[in-house]
Amino acid sequence: MFNFFLLILIYSGIYALMAIGQNVITGYGGMLSLTQAGFFAIGSYATAILATRYGFSFWATLPVAVLISAFFGFLIGLPTLRLKGDYLAIATLGFGEIVRNVLNNWDSLTNGPMGIQRIPMPDLFGFTINPYRKYAFLVMVFVFVGIAYFLFQRLARSRMGRALTAIREDEIAAQAMGINITKYKVYAFVLGASVAGVAGSLQAVFTLSVTPTTYTFMVSVMVLCMVVLGGMGNFKASILGAFLIQFISYFPQLTGLSSVIPAQFKQILFGLILVVMMIWRPQGILGREQTRYRKRAVSSKGGGK
Amino acid sequence: MGIAEFFQHFMNGLTLGGIYALIALGYTMVYGILKFINFAHGDVLMAGAYVGLFAFNALRGDANLGLWTLVAFFLAMLISMVFSATLGMTIERIAYKPLRKATRLAPLLSAIGVSFILSNSAAWMFGTHSRKFDYPFDNTPIHIGDVVITPHQILILTVSLAMMLILKLFIDKTRMGKAMRATSLDQGTAMLMGINVNRVISLTFAIGSALAAVGGILIALDFKVYATMGTMTGLKAFVAAVVGGIGNISGAMFGGILLGLLETFGVAIFGIPTGLKDTIAFGVLILILLVKPEGLFGKVEKEKV
Repeated sequence: MFNFFLLILIYSGIYALMAIGQNVITGYGGMLSLTQAGFFAIGSYATAILATRYGFSFWATLPVAVLISAFFGFLIGLPTLRLKGDYLAIATLGFGEIVRNVLNNWDSLTNGPMGIQRIPMPDLFGFTINPYRKYAFLVMVFVFVGIAYFLFQRLARSRMGRALTAIREDEIAAQAMGINITKYKVYAFVLGASVAGVAGSLQAVFTLSVTPTTYTFMVSVMVLCMVVLGGMGNFKASILGAFLIQFISYFPQLTGLSSVIPAQFKQILFGLILVVMMIWRPQGILGREQTRYRKRAVSSKGGGK
Repeated sequence: MGIAEFFQHFMNGLTLGGIYALIALGYTMVYGILKFINFAHGDVLMAGAYVGLFAFNALRGDANLGLWTLVAFFLAMLISMVFSATLGMTIERIAYKPLRKATRLAPLLSAIGVSFILSNSAAWMFGTHSRKFDYPFDNTPIHIGDVVITPHQILILTVSLAMMLILKLFIDKTRMGKAMRATSLDQGTAMLMGINVNRVISLTFAIGSALAAVGGILIALDFKVYATMGTMTGLKAFVAAVVGGIGNISGAMFGGILLGLLETFGVAIFGIPTGLKDTIAFGVLILILLVKPEGLFGKVEKEKV
C-alpha cells in the first residue's frame, strides 16, 4: 500500500515535469498544444535506445533525449508561426499520433509494438537508483522537478516570460511593441518539449521498458488537465495539478474500490474537470501567478487569448 | 497500373472521401459560425453509430435480408440523426454556450473535455469490444468490367451526395439558410437584423451532428461500432475541412473526397505502408497549413485589431 503511494508520488513528479512544459506553451504562450505525449515518447525512446543498443549510461542519454525532444519541439514550433489556436491544437495532436504511429511501425529501431525491455537502471557515483526500491528514485525525480521549477520560474519572470505573456494577451499589440513573436513562440515550444523529454527519460528508467501504448493522446489530455486544474500561467499550480490528477486517477486502486468503479472513471472525470473548470473557474485552483506590478491591473479573468 | 485498377482505387477513395465529407461538414459549419473546432464532433458520430446500430437491430428483429431490412436501416438512420441532433444541441447548450464570451482557449478545452466524456461513457456503458453492424442488403460485389463495386459503396455515394445536395440547397435557398450565412459573416450585425443567433447556432449543431450520425453509420457497416471509432475518423474529417478551407461548405465536400482519394492512392501507388495510412492525413494537414493555411477554397482573413 505504502509502496503504491510512493509510485503515485513518482508518477506525479514525472507528470509535473510535463505539466511545467505544457504551462510554458499553454499557460504563458497561450497556445493549445496537445503533443506532450509525443515529446514524452521521444525522450523515453531516446533513453531506451541509447542505453540498450549503445550502452550509454542514463546520465549520458539524458542530454541527448533533451536535444532530440527540443529539436522536434522546434520542428513543430515552426508551423505555429502560421497557425492560430485551433489549428495548432489539431496539428500538434496529429504530431503526437504520428510519433506513436512511427514508434509502432519502425521495427528495426523501436522494436514496434513489442517495445524495448531491459533498460539499465541509472547509476550515480556507484549507487544504483533502483526503481523497485522507490525512495531513491523518488528523490531523484523530485530533484529534477525542483530544478525545472527553479529554472522555469526564473524564466517566466525574465524578458522571455514577459514577452510570452504579452503575446498571449494580444499578439498584434505585442508585435507593435517590437516583440519577435515567432522567436518566442518557438522558444516556448522548444522549452516545453525539452522538459517533457526529461520526463520521458525518467519514465524509461522507472518502468525499465517502453512500449508505444504508454504514449497515447490520453497522456497529453492528462497533462493539459493538470495545467488547467491548477491554473494556467502558474508553475506551482501545474505541479499541484499533477499531484491532484495523479491521485484522482489512482483513486479507485488507492481506496480498494477498483472493482466497483469502472475503468473509464478517471477519463470521464478528466473530461468533466475540463468542462467544469472552463465554465466556473477558468483561472484554475490557484489562478495565474501575478507579478508585483500586475497585481492591481489584472482582473480575475483567467485563461489565455 | 492498369486503367481498371486505377478505377478500382478511385472508387474506393471516392466512397471513403464521401464519408469524410459528410463529417467534415459538421466541423466546417460550426467553425464558420462560432470560430472554434468542435472536438466532440467525432464522438457525436460514435454515439450516432451506436444508436443507429441499436435501432436497426431492434427494428429488424430476425427478419431476413429483404426490403424490410433496408427500410429498417433507413428508419434507424433517421432515429440516429434525431438523437445525434439533440445530443449536439445539448452539448452546445451545456458546454459551449456559457463560454461564448470567454477567451479563445476556453471552448476548445471544454470541447476536448466533452469528447473525453462521450467516448469513455460509451466504453463504460457498451464495453470496449467492437460490434458488427450487419449490412441491411446483400453486399455481394458487382463486377463492372474489371472494377468491383459493392452495393455498400453505392449506398455511401448516393446517401452522401443526397445529404450534401440537400444541405447545399437548404443553405443557399431557404430563409433559415440565409440566417446561417448571415450569422457566420457577422454575428453582431445578424443579431441587429433580428436573426435569433442562438437558434441559428443550435440549428448548426443539430445539422452537423445529424450528418455526423449518417457518416458514423455508413462507416460502421465496414469498420464496426466501438467507443473510440470517432476519434480518428473525426480528426481526418477535420483535416478534410481544413484542406477545403474551413468555414467553406463546398470546400469541406471537396476536401473530404480529396483526402479519401489521397489515402487510397497513397497506399496503392506510393506504397505507403498500411500501418502508416493514418499519417497521410496529418502529413497533408501540416503541409496545407504551411503552404496555404486558408485551405484550397478559403478566404484569407485579415486580422483586425
